[in-house]
This record gives sequence, C-alpha cells and structure tokens, in this order.
Amino acid sequence: MITLTINGQPRDVDTSPDTPLLWALRDLLGLTGTKFGCGIAQCGACTVHVDGEAVRSCQLPIGSVGGRAITTIEGIGATDAGSKVQKAWLDLEVIQCGYCQSGQIMSAAALLAHTSNPSDDDIDAAMAGNICRCGTYVRIRAAIKKAAAA
Amino acid sequence: MRTNLVSEASTLSRRDLLKAGAAGVLLVSFRLPVAHAADESFAPNGFIRVGNDDVVTLIMPQVEMGQGIYTSVGMILADELDADFNKVVLEHAPPDEKLYANPVFHIQATGGSTSVRAFWMPLRKAGATARAMLISAAAQQWNVEPSSCRASNSEVIHDGSGRKLGFGALATQAATQTPPTDPPLKPLKDFTLIGKPIKRKDTPEKTNGTAQYGIDVMPAGVQFATIAECPVFGGKVGRVDDTKAKAIKGVRQVVVLDDLVAVVGDSTWTAMQGLAALDITWDEGANVAIGSAEVWDALRNASKGEGVVAKEEGDVKGAFAAGERYEAVYELPFLAHAAMEPLNCTLHVTNDACELWTGSQVIARVQSEVAKALGLPTEKVTAHNFLIGGGFGRRLEPDMAVKAARIAQHVEGPVKVVWRREEDMQHDVYRPVYHDALAASVKDGKITGWTQQITGSSIISRWLPPAFQKGIDIDAVDGATDNPYGIPNVRVVYIRAEPPAVPTGFWRGVGANNNFFASESFIDELAHRAGEDPVAYRVKRLDATPRLKAAVQLAASKSGWGGALPARRARGISAQTAFGSFISTVCEAEVDEKGEVRVHRLVSAVDTGIAVNPDTIIAQLEGGLIFGLSAALFNEITIAKGRVEQSNFHDYRMLRINEAPKIEVHLISSTEFPGGIGETGTTASPPALTNALFAATGVRLRRLPIDREALAGRKPA
Amino acid sequence: MKRPYWLALLAVIILIAAVWIIYVPGPLAFAKGGSVALADYKDGNPTGVPAKLAKDDLVSRGKYLTRAADCEACHTAKGGEPYAGGLAFNLPFGTLYSPNITPDKETGIGNWTDADFLNAVHKGIAPDGSRLYPAFPYTSYTMLTDDDVLAIKAYLFSLAPVRREAPPNTLAFPFNQRWGMVFWSLLYNSDERFRPDPKQSAEWNRGAYLAEALGHCGECHTPRNLMQALNNRKKFGGAVTAGWKAYNITQDKETGIGSWDDETTAKFLAHGHVEGFGTASGPMGEAIDMSLMHLEPDDIKALVTYLKTIPPISDPELPVPKTTLASAFPKAHEISENERGAMIFAGACAACHGWSGESPVRSYANFVGGRTINDPSARNVAQAVIWGVTRHSPEGEVTMPAFGKAYSPEEIAAVVNYVTARFGAGKSHITAQDVVKIGQQASQ
Ligand code: FES
Ligand code: FES
Repeated sequence: MITLTINGQPRDVDTSPDTPLLWALRDLLGLTGTKFGCGIAQCGACTVHVDGEAVRSCQLPIGSVGGRAITTIEGIGATDAGSKVQKAWLDLEVIQCGYCQSGQIMSAAALLAHTSNPSDDDIDAAMAGNICRCGTYVRIRAAIKKAAAA
Repeated sequence: MRTNLVSEASTLSRRDLLKAGAAGVLLVSFRLPVAHAADESFAPNGFIRVGNDDVVTLIMPQVEMGQGIYTSVGMILADELDADFNKVVLEHAPPDEKLYANPVFHIQATGGSTSVRAFWMPLRKAGATARAMLISAAAQQWNVEPSSCRASNSEVIHDGSGRKLGFGALATQAATQTPPTDPPLKPLKDFTLIGKPIKRKDTPEKTNGTAQYGIDVMPAGVQFATIAECPVFGGKVGRVDDTKAKAIKGVRQVVVLDDLVAVVGDSTWTAMQGLAALDITWDEGANVAIGSAEVWDALRNASKGEGVVAKEEGDVKGAFAAGERYEAVYELPFLAHAAMEPLNCTLHVTNDACELWTGSQVIARVQSEVAKALGLPTEKVTAHNFLIGGGFGRRLEPDMAVKAARIAQHVEGPVKVVWRREEDMQHDVYRPVYHDALAASVKDGKITGWTQQITGSSIISRWLPPAFQKGIDIDAVDGATDNPYGIPNVRVVYIRAEPPAVPTGFWRGVGANNNFFASESFIDELAHRAGEDPVAYRVKRLDATPRLKAAVQLAASKSGWGGALPARRARGISAQTAFGSFISTVCEAEVDEKGEVRVHRLVSAVDTGIAVNPDTIIAQLEGGLIFGLSAALFNEITIAKGRVEQSNFHDYRMLRINEAPKIEVHLISSTEFPGGIGETGTTASPPALTNALFAATGVRLRRLPIDREALAGRKPA
Repeated sequence: MKRPYWLALLAVIILIAAVWIIYVPGPLAFAKGGSVALADYKDGNPTGVPAKLAKDDLVSRGKYLTRAADCEACHTAKGGEPYAGGLAFNLPFGTLYSPNITPDKETGIGNWTDADFLNAVHKGIAPDGSRLYPAFPYTSYTMLTDDDVLAIKAYLFSLAPVRREAPPNTLAFPFNQRWGMVFWSLLYNSDERFRPDPKQSAEWNRGAYLAEALGHCGECHTPRNLMQALNNRKKFGGAVTAGWKAYNITQDKETGIGSWDDETTAKFLAHGHVEGFGTASGPMGEAIDMSLMHLEPDDIKALVTYLKTIPPISDPELPVPKTTLASAFPKAHEISENERGAMIFAGACAACHGWSGESPVRSYANFVGGRTINDPSARNVAQAVIWGVTRHSPEGEVTMPAFGKAYSPEEIAAVVNYVTARFGAGKSHITAQDVVKIGQQASQ
C-alpha cells in the first residue's frame, strides 16, 4: 500500500511502486481530469504538480513520490495561480477539444506561481512541452499574460 | 451561392452543399425528427425538451470535439426558440440514424465541416416550431390571439396585457398543441444570440477536470485493457506465450483473437506491462513486402492511367493547342490523425446485450457495427456518446469500437480498452497519398485552359458507398472542381488508386487538402512565371468570385503585403473557396542558410457567411492553420516492411507553442448562408507556407512535408 | 658517412617503429607480475561461476557465464529475438551483421560440435574454416577456460532455436577477404587461456578474469592501434566504439574513475547509474542491463578491486565533470545564443531532464556529474538523441525516445550544443554533418 497526498488528502493505492502516477490517478483513484496522451513525456497532457512543480505524471513512478504534495487539475482551482489561469482560459476561450487543457493549465499555473510576470521566452520554456493538437497556442499565450495581469 | 439569408434559408439545396465543398451527397428533404419519448415535459422534436422546471434541454445531433459545435448548434436552436441561453442544458444525442441524420450524409455523422451548414435550417425550424407551440399554449391560456404574443428569454409575453408565462409553466400545455407546418423564422435582425461571441458551454468543465471524454468513463467494476494488432497491416496472430505476462501482479486476462491480442488488468498500466511481457509471434502475411517506395511507385504508375472526368467545361483541347503549356506535379504523403485522446472504447457485453461508452463522430454506426460484430440486434446495443479529445476524421470510423467489442466479448464485466499512443498511430486510417498533375495553357497573359488530374484513394467508396457514383469520389475532387479563377476551359480527372496495404480515411481538410495545395501552388507558379505579384495575379482573376477576391485583398492588406522584409524572409498567399467559406491566408516565413524554417506570422481573412459564433470561427481557423502547418512542416507516415515507422510524438512531430506563429484572423461580415469552418484553416496554411518559402528562396517545393535539404540548396527540390 | 649505413639505420628505425606499433602488450602486462598457468594457481579458482553457484547445473552456470560474457547485446537485433543475431555493426569499411547463435540447425549453431564452438570462441575460426572478424572479441574470449566456453554452449543450446538468417555482410575489398584475418590472428590472438597473477589477491584475479576474459571491457574502452588491435599501452584509456565513446576507466583522477570510491564504482557497475555520476547509455547501458546487472555482488567487488589497479592515463579531451545544477529556468541571453537548440530542448527534452538538469521524474535522466554531458565532443549526447536510450532501473524501464527520425541533423546539432553548453563543463560545437556521421556509426 502506498499513500499519496493528493489535493491535500491522503489517498491509498494498492499497486506496484513502478506504476506511473498518471495511471494511479486515473484508474485507481478515479481522478480522470489528468489525461493520457503519449506516455513518454512528449505531450504534457498528464501534467500534475509535485510540490508545486509541473511534472509529467506518465513518467513518475508512484514509488518515488514519497510524501510530496500532488496537485491535480481537480485541485488546482484552490490555488491562487490556478484559479487565475482557469479564469483567463475561460475569458479568452482558449479551449477547443480540451483534452490537452488539463495539462496546459497545470503547466501555466506552475509557471505563474514561479514567475508572476512571464515574458514570451518564459512562456516558451514552460509551455513548449505541452502539445495542443487543436492548435490553441495563440490563445494560451494570451491567456497566460492575462492571468499574470489579473 | 449568392442569395440572401431568407430565400437561401428555405432552399438549401444539393447544389449549395456541393458547391459549398461538402464531402456531401444529395440533400433530398429533411424531415423534422419527432422525439421518441413523451413524458411530462414538452418535447416537440428530437432536438428540444422543455421541462416543467424551466430547464430547456437541447439535444446535440453533432458531437463536440473541439469545434464549439455544441455552443453554435445550441445558439441556433435557442435563438429561434427564444430560450434563455443561460438556462439551456446540452445533451449528447443517442444513436439514431434517422432522427439525427446529418442532412448531408444521411447518416448520423459529424464531419466535413458540415454541422452548421447542414443543420442551420432544420434546427431553426425545430426551434421555431417549439416557439410557436409554446406561444400557442400561452395564447390559449390567456385566450388571446397567438399573433399578439411573443417569446423572449424563455418566457411568452403578451405585450397588450403585460402577462408573462415561463416556458416551464407552459410545457405541459404546449405538448398538446398541433405543430405548425411552416413556422415563421426570425428575420436576421432579430437574432439575439447568432452573430454574438457567446461563451462556449463545454469549456468550464474542461478547465477543472470534470469534463468527461470517452476515455474517462468508469462504470462500476470496470477493468482495463490495452490492445496490440499485428504491426504489419493485415497480419494475423501466430503464437502467443503469455507466461511472463500472467506472472505480473494485476494482470487478469490475456485475450487472443485471430488478428489482435489484448491484456486485461486492474489498471491500464498493468495491462500495458502485461502486453509488453507477451511473447507474440505474428503471422505477418504478404504485406510485409510493402514499403514507402512500393506505395509511391504504385501511385505514380496509376497516375499514368485513364481516369474519370469529374468536370469538363469549355474546349480544353483547343485551349491547350493555342496557348503556351505549363505543368507541374504535386504529391502529398500519408498522415496520421494523432488526436490527443488516444483511441478507446469501454464496453460491457453480456449474453444478450451490450452497453458501450465512447466518443464518436458516427455513434449510430458504432452501435450497428458493434451489434453486427457481437451478433446482437442493433437495439440491444446501448451506445453513449461523449466529448471527443480531437476527432479530425479518425472517429468517423467505428473500427476501434468493433475491436474493443470483440475483446469485451471475452471479458466478464465492463472493460475499458485504451490504445497506447504507438498502437493508435500505427493502426490509424491514414490520410491517403495523393498525386496531382496540373497543367495550364496561357495565352496573352490569360489562363485559357486548366487541367487537374488527381490520383488517390477513394474513401467515399468505402465510407458512404451510395455517394460514390460513376467512379468519381466527390471528396477526392473537392476543391478542384470549383476553380475560382474564371478560367474558361477546365477539366478535372480523377484516377482511383488504392495504396497497397495501407488503410485510408478522412483527415481534417479531407480532399480539399490535396487539391488546394496543388492548385494554390500552381497558380503561384504561374504568377511568378508571368513575373507578376501573386496577390495582384489572383485578384485580377477573381471577378467572378467576389467574396474570395475581398478575402484576398483583406488578407493582403492586413499582412502588409509588399512591405519590405529582411533577406530570406518572405510572404506567400493562398486563396480558396472551401466548405462554403471563402478564405485567404498570408504566411510570413523565414528560411536560414541551413534550410531550417521559422514561420513568423499567419494572417487570414475569411468570409464564412453568417457567423453564428464569431469567436469560435476565429478559434477554429487559428487551430486549423496550426494543424495544417504541423503537417506541412513535419509530418509523413512512412511504411517499411508493411508497418508504419512512426510511433509517437517524438517521431511524428507536432508544432509546439514556441514554434507557432502569430496568427491574425479577420472576419468579413456577411449575411450569406453560413459556411463550414472546422477544416478551412488546415487546407489554407500549407500552400501559403510553400509559396512563402519560394518567395524567400526561389525553391519550389511540390511535396509535403517540406524538404529542408532542398531549401538549403543541398539537393534539387 | 656512407649511404648504405644511413639506409640501414633508417630501415632499422622503421622496423622498430613498425614493431612498436604492431606489437602490443597483453592485457595484464600493466600489472607487471609474473603469471602462472591456471592449473598451477593455488589461491582458489578465478574462473567459472561464483562459489555460491558452483553447485548449479551446467545450463544455469552457462547462463551466468553467458551473461557475464554479454553475448546477448551483440547477438540480438534491435527488437529481435535474443541471440538470433542480425545486429548491424556499421564500420568504416562496411556493415557486419552478428550471426544467429541459437541452436537452429540451418541458420544458427545447432550443428556445431564442442570443438567447433571452442575453435570459434578461442581462435576465431568457424567450422567451415573461415575466419571470424574480430568484431567478435575472440582475442578476449580466448582467455576463457574450456569448461566455461562449453558451459556457455550448453546454455545456448538450451534455448529455443530461432530461424533467422543474418543479412549478408557488406564489407568492401580488401576487408571482405576473410583469409586476411589469419595473419591478424597470428599477431594478435594469443590463443592462450587465462593466466592468473600469483602476486595479486584472489579477488583481483577473479576481477581480471571477469574484466578481460568474460566482460571484454577493453574491446570498447581500450584504444586500438593502426591494425585495429587493442593498444594496451593505453589500457582502458577511452576509445570510440560503434560510434559511442567508451570513457576512460583508468584510475586517472580527473578524466578517469580514479576519484570514485569503491561503493560508487560498484554501484555504477551494477546499475549503470549513480546520483551525481551520471547514467550509462548506449553500449555501456546495454552491457549493464544485459550483463553486469546480473553479476553476483562478489563478482562486482572483484571487478572494482581489479579496476583500481589500472594505471592512470589522462584523456586530454575530457574536462572534470561539472557538479552544479543549471538555473531553474533559462535566461533570455542563454536562449538567444542558440535559439533553435533552446526551442527543441524546451519542447522535447525539458519535461524529463528539467531545466536545471535535475529530472523531475526519473533520476536516470539527471545530467549532473555525468561523463556524457561533460564531454565536449558531445558524441554520446548526439547518439542518445538520435537513437534514444532504454535502460532498466529499479523503478522499471526508463526510456528516452529516439529523435533522429523526426528532427533534422541541424536541429539535433543545435540541441546537442545547447545541452552541453547549459549543463556541461565545456560546450560542444558539433555540426549537422557530424550528427549524420556519428549517427551512422552506431550499431543497429
Ligand atoms: S502522457 Fe505524459 S507527457 Fe504525454
Ligand atoms: S484543445 Fe484539443 S488538443 Fe488542445
């Protein structure tokens, strides 16, 4: 049994420690807001926060998480940066199919928590790992700037 | 298509849809569907349900996969119904080929950028009918003339007396009214929602993780499975040793069918681990001899054969005899869809029934094909449709559901089958390879003749056989048969050529992708040969297509066309009448000496007729342009030994935010019949890009994806 | 002076030079000890399997030895059946394919007798009398005892036969003339079984047997002379093999492993990864996963003991590895210096490697302290980017995807130069042409 701290709550999962956090969240804990896109850390759909850092959960074995605090898309609205990002996302109508957007929002929220007023370079560095097949990049950039100004 | 809204509205015809570029068939007549269930609430037709609690539920005949259709369709319905959009709830339509048939395809399908075009009139009628019945119910209660009442914001109002009744209060009585045969539609000026940038209904849940895609479904007791098919197309399972797989904790079952293998586990991860531990020997079959070289040889050979004339206008032979001849060949590769949500389907199969959960562009076809595979009557299959994490044509196929059903048949209880990204990419139905031979005759500076010979797969013949008539695939020639440049003598020839081994399917932009890349590159070549500016050259020839002409002029001026740029940086333009919309795009790109490309800016101008939800239209274009750019810059599915060589995003690249250009979209306001928009951007960006690259380097690329070696001058294009 | 005298002197000098170049000392010459025949060595048995496994049956013992000799890595094509051969060695003069060594009678070694097998492993002679190319390390394997060779054979013969014909080699003349190897073997194959050094400890001798006879470390880590024989004057000094750099594993403190403590060396051998010392990738990663990882702890200890006695040789091309993290996020000027490299890193690499070089997901992806990232030739970085890496870790498989198919050589050069500059002790300057060349050298 492995105990994880997810969105402030202790959650137990009974599976092998090499299970990537993504699958523990989705299949064993029912937190399906975190998405599976590639499984090889190339798309960012599975991004969660571990102690505030944006991390690809498809590559993070639960056995190596320890007591660190995990935040998922279901819980990010409770953070200051997260709620600003969510609001800016809606204000600018960023989302299309939405499948990548949990990951986009998590990456953007981590960026804003670090860098309150990100430049275009900062946005590139933090967001380039998140693919959006629907091509919402123009609005993601604008929404991050809007959230930063909020 | 130049009629005003009102007359257009009542005469949406085959010609309009075909001219609009739909991958479409006859629109004979549209029967307003009647809802099945009758309960306390008022459900005048299959699209509307008004509850006593005032909640207006709109049933979405088209599926939401990012194109904002739920909101646009909801707006059309709600506007005619005069419902308060804030009180509107949306619901996925259940499978029903009749009730929810797309008027273009005659089956329940979301695709071809048809949703708004095809449903515009039927939904307005549906809304207007319901409104009339609610008004008549109120009039009855108040004992006044219906014509003295009006509806607004989910209420019926009698202005004379100031009386008001909410839709909810009227629901029961409205259900008893006789539906009017020809309810009056609102005049354009009275629209309260249509034309305004309305916030999308599907997005709030997509920001907080609560939105449900097919892949998120969790029926009680669900197990998880993942699948492997023979990597060689058409291959079978030979021998499977599952000793190691079964030893993995959490692996529960290994399902071996003649053409695929699946592992069921207590999580998708254990299923994937189990699959990796299987020792499978495939019976690869004859396709193992096929590689990309064979595919291209076959296509080019086929292009030398006879085709079917899809369009013949004027005296082509005479024109070519009299004018100077130019010709060029363009080719496009196989492409995968690579939607962000990998293929998946969840099913619970019992002895005499099946319940399934998935996101599909063809939910009724999923239902019937699954029923067929399971040997069940169709009505024994209950199919629930969900949000789709990117369709792009992939979910116009039911294959994934059928394969999942064949697996689920052997599993006790519900099972969710999720494809690994690698499996998704290597068992796609691919955008076909195309070969386009173009020729033009030029005399006295005028294009007097034009021939376009298209060689490629026919998807329509498989997907919608009744629409495949006289050997012509209306999708494959879409865009080619509508040359906008006022050329008097035109011939379009289609040669059907199915690639060896590789299955083909619709891909965002469908046939128009191919045809516009070819024709918009070729017209650019003709302009440069004539020593003329590509914008001026087009504008001069677009008098017969004024809406496109206006788009070209607007795109050019907004992009600063003609303005100075640094060396190796240039602009290119494309123009097209696609899916009933008129769009022109300027691409500003830079090529360094090593052949590496940077796209700096895209500027599009579009006239899409009445813009139902203008912001969604802009978003669709932004996304479509990026989609096309990814393909043009990076993507090609190649075949070796009968298998797809690409597997995931590291070798099938997507444009990323730091590679994406700035994009501006300018809407041209219009009262014309609404056009399609979901795919137009995808067809627009590739030729604009290659035309810009030519302007920057003098290298003409006639194949996609772009060849950096050729751009650097290290090899011929 | 008379002319003939000069000529004679010249001839002698040339002869001496030639002999000096052609002649190479044996692999254990550095120890300067005397050696004795195995039969005369009284201090235990440095050959065979560890004592703990000595009672196991022949096939199990063979399995241990087969792993220790790392037969699988070379005799398995990428994605192919183990031991069925077909891995391509891309050499400057053509391509060699490893043969099938499963007991299939037609395409494998199913018809080989014990004598055939011994002849091949000890002498590089196939049953039909043809000569094997020294890509097969028989000059190392020649030190294996007959018992050990036959145990390996017993293990191979216990496997299921796999039908798989190796593709024909494509060597150019004169390298396609196998008889040429007769002379080469005469010069370079001692055809002598392992001779322990009685002055060294039993542990050292076991380590020597593991490193020289079974593990054939020198085949990659020792530079070769003009005749492609191992130049043991620079024993373990580092060399390029199959397009990857096998780093200096001498006791040199700066550019070898002289500053590693025993525990670090042991851990690295057993796992191919130690925090702050990097992660083995490429052929060394395979050697760890397929071979060293399966050795008994005592054998690892013996290897450490042996390695500690290798005389230091400095590799002038290698700096001392940098041990500090890069900044958490890139600064604008770092980006503008190599914009394309930064772009690609941001998109394809940062999620696993982190902007600081410390991975947020897998310690195996940490850059800090690793040789690869601190090698300004960037050869191994380029190979990893082009071909990818797959490693077994205690937390399951760790994979870096192969980016070589979808990223242009220009882009790969840019991102490689970016990462060495950002994370390493000296930045690389490789070009697209280098990337193409390096990539082609890898075994596939
Ligand atoms: S699923 Fe984790 S990065 Fe794509
Ligand atoms: S919104 Fe569809 S993938 Fe990003």
